[in-house]
Amino acid sequence: MRRYEHSLLLRILHLDLPLLMGLLLLMGLGFIILFSASGEDTDTLLRQAMRIGIAFGIMFLLAQIPSHHLRLWSPWLYGLGVILLVLVLLVGDVGKGAQRWLDLGFFRFQPSELMKLVVPMLIAWYFADRPLPPRFREVLVAGILVAVPAVLIVGQPDLGTAILVTSSGLLVIFLAGVRWRILIALGALLLAIAPFFWHFMRDYQRQRVLTLLNPESDPLGAGYHIIQSKIAIGSGGLYGKGWLNGTQSQLAFLPERSTDFIFAVYAEEFGLLGILLLLSIYLFLILRGLYIAVRAQDTYARLLAGSISMTFFVYVFVNAGMVSGLLPVVGIPLPLVSYGGTSMVTILAAFGILMSIHSHRRLMA
Amino acid sequence: MAQHTIKDAFTERRLFFSRVVVLVVFIVLLFGILIVRLSHLQVVNYSHFTTLSQNNRVRLEALPPPRGLIYDRNGVILAENRPAYQLEITLEQVEDLQETLERLGRIVTLENSEIERFRRLLRRKRPFQAVPLKLNLSDEEVANFAVDRHRFPGVDIQARLARHYPMGEEMAHVVGYVGRIDERELARIDTRNYSGTSHIGKIGVERYYEDVLHGQVGYQRVEVNAQGRMLRILERQPPVAGRDIVLSLDVRLQAAARQALNGYTGAIVAMDPRTGEVLAMVSMPSFDPNLFVHGIPASIYNQLRDHRRQPLFNRALTGQYPPGSTLKPVVGLAGLEHNIITASRTMFAAGYYQLPGHDRRYRDWRRHGHGWVNLDKAIAQSSDVYFYDLGYRLGIDRMSEFLGLFGLGRVTGIDSTGERAGILPSREWKQGALGTVWYPGETIIAAIGQGYMLTTPLQLASVASTLAMRGIRIRPHLLRGIINSDSEELELVSPEYLSPVRVSHPQYWDQVLDPMVHVVHQPNGTAYNSTGRTAAYIIAGKTGTSQVFGLGQDEEYDESRIAKHLRDHALFIAYAPAEDPRIAIAVIVENGGSGSRTAAPIARMVMDHFLLEMGG
Repeated sequence: MRRYEHSLLLRILHLDLPLLMGLLLLMGLGFIILFSASGEDTDTLLRQAMRIGIAFGIMFLLAQIPSHHLRLWSPWLYGLGVILLVLVLLVGDVGKGAQRWLDLGFFRFQPSELMKLVVPMLIAWYFADRPLPPRFREVLVAGILVAVPAVLIVGQPDLGTAILVTSSGLLVIFLAGVRWRILIALGALLLAIAPFFWHFMRDYQRQRVLTLLNPESDPLGAGYHIIQSKIAIGSGGLYGKGWLNGTQSQLAFLPERSTDFIFAVYAEEFGLLGILLLLSIYLFLILRGLYIAVRAQDTYARLLAGSISMTFFVYVFVNAGMVSGLLPVVGIPLPLVSYGGTSMVTILAAFGILMSIHSHRRLMA
Repeated sequence: MAQHTIKDAFTERRLFFSRVVVLVVFIVLLFGILIVRLSHLQVVNYSHFTTLSQNNRVRLEALPPPRGLIYDRNGVILAENRPAYQLEITLEQVEDLQETLERLGRIVTLENSEIERFRRLLRRKRPFQAVPLKLNLSDEEVANFAVDRHRFPGVDIQARLARHYPMGEEMAHVVGYVGRIDERELARIDTRNYSGTSHIGKIGVERYYEDVLHGQVGYQRVEVNAQGRMLRILERQPPVAGRDIVLSLDVRLQAAARQALNGYTGAIVAMDPRTGEVLAMVSMPSFDPNLFVHGIPASIYNQLRDHRRQPLFNRALTGQYPPGSTLKPVVGLAGLEHNIITASRTMFAAGYYQLPGHDRRYRDWRRHGHGWVNLDKAIAQSSDVYFYDLGYRLGIDRMSEFLGLFGLGRVTGIDSTGERAGILPSREWKQGALGTVWYPGETIIAAIGQGYMLTTPLQLASVASTLAMRGIRIRPHLLRGIINSDSEELELVSPEYLSPVRVSHPQYWDQVLDPMVHVVHQPNGTAYNSTGRTAAYIIAGKTGTSQVFGLGQDEEYDESRIAKHLRDHALFIAYAPAEDPRIAIAVIVENGGSGSRTAAPIARMVMDHFLLEMGG
């Protein structure tokens, strides 16, 4: 009886209990490691807690909105997003060598962050009424719709966000059932034009790729992050050095330790076993998201839920991959653990959408 | 949604599901790769990364041992360690290096070579490490910088111990100096024991006793953060300080000897014949060894190196001079030992000597000769002709062998650097060095210490000492003892006896040593007027004048007509008091003209100081 009441309450609030539990567990771990990574700074924790509060609020709001409303808003949001991206390039604030922010007077806003949600929404909207699997022409149109904001974001330049936006869009195309032969052809094309990308990359971006291939070539410069990060992870061993005892992080050898490289702090202090726990929580959230996608009742909700879950995976994998030296260093935080506000809001908003899709399905049927 | 004509909800659902399955496989695969990667880092290479992490965190710092001090025999400090202030720059904290250097240049003098060296070092260091810019700041520069310090972020003054020689040029040659370790020395030394040490003994006692003076390096393991800042000491092994040494030198006698040379270029070596202890070792002119400690500026070094009078050259050990007549007592002893002469035998010494059947005349220094001379008169008045004859009859082989017994032609093995062996000519030597046979005429001039023969002032002092001790030979040495670091007591070194000079009849010694007293104390003796007449104690000595400039066959040596740098070298060897020798001395005055007039009075001044004023 109690269990029924409990789930009834959640049903009314349109929250998904498994997702909620997973998120809370993850954020709990996040707080613990952020306390250590920030040098036991309670101010940092307080600010992070406020962000989480706001992000939870937005998640809760979005969970209340049935997905067919979102679907109707999709093209308008997309149009608005592209205009904002163009505005950023024209009048945006410069921070850390990149124009990402739009100063609206009362608050600073990063339109590229919005696009992480809006792009998959638009592509899902595009395919929602069309027979699937899509034809080549439709795939092409969808591709262009993904490319426009992606190019604008690369131009800021913000490679990390561009990767996430692109992959969120492409994942929708993939989930829409694009034929394998088209996929293979596109893949081949991508490989062929890869050298041109190299040509248009900024020096520091090229440096990161080169550094990945041989970090020891520049141990004090670009390779420093990777080397120190690998040392932190490796010296953690199976069981870790213990909470607050990671020398790499506590003695500041590890750069960016409360933001992009917090995974290394975690690995150093909690070891491989801790990592397995962390990855299990992530895997649980991703699989739950995909389950919600499979159970969704219309194409739009399905595609959007699938893309959101998979983008979350991309987040985790790219961050863990770059911190452990598998992938080049791109500025992608560890979702819901890294210190920082904007990605927190976007990700929890996405989970709000997932919850909405799941909790509104009976009402729609 | 399904109202679209060809939209098939069921197929789409299945299609979507199959895609999700593909993605789940993909996710599992990539997570698998990630876990394999992390296991590789955390399990397989765990010890490797643990080591790296430890190396990151823990820094082994060398604690250089303080260098041992050097004292004279009375405890006067000859070499000490003083705090020196150096200017250091931490690049990380400097905004504009070029501009900072320019502004610093207005407060302290910066040589171009210093800036170049700084930039070289800078490339090897990490930006958070302090790099020395200027090594030895004057007190004024330190004060000037202290006032303006706030204008120079990243620039700091660091105090450390640096070698200082309070006696300055008084002891420069003999004590030597330390300087920065160079590439060659780096290959020679145990680099582990020198980690943290920047200086090493370069010449003299500083170099010879480097191992004693240096000590044993210590270590501390410290925990550092990424900025290289020390957080705490984990473990510490203190260094073992270098041991203090006491030299046999006496600064008072050294000063007296320098004063006695009175501006001449030359060298004086005084030693205690009974122990082999060197009491004074002077080479003039000298230089300030402190210049070398902090890296001598090239301009000053070139000036010293190219100076006509060669101040860097340690004449006492490295200078090689024809001994001239100072060796006559030894050659006389050789004649006695080989029964060529007896003390009573007389010969008529004219103004020159000729080999039978040869035209060449070997002139005596005294135009008309000395008349009838015996060994005593030949030594006291320094008859060249008597020794020409003796040398000719003794022959080069026996002469060379006998002079060799006194250690000529070989280094004495004194505990310092740069000693030369001189030349003891012989048939073998000439064949080896010049590739020609020995000519009888060369024997004749060898008998008066001319020709090929070369000796160092130290060798001559050692000869004087051997004569004083009637054949007992002790290796000359500068080290009196080492101070025990625990008991702080002086552990004296014992004299090292060398193979003595033995003669068949002890009276032979009297037969050459008595004439040496007559040199100084008989009115006809060569050093009587200049030296012996007013002496308060009995001196045994022998004057010498060695040619720098070869005279023509019938030319007269006229000092006033010959350029100063071609004038003869003046030499004198002596010991005193003759009946109980406590000091043996050799004096060489380059271009001093005459041994009797120039060198002998200088030797007496030194001996006076030692025997009368110091009560030695």
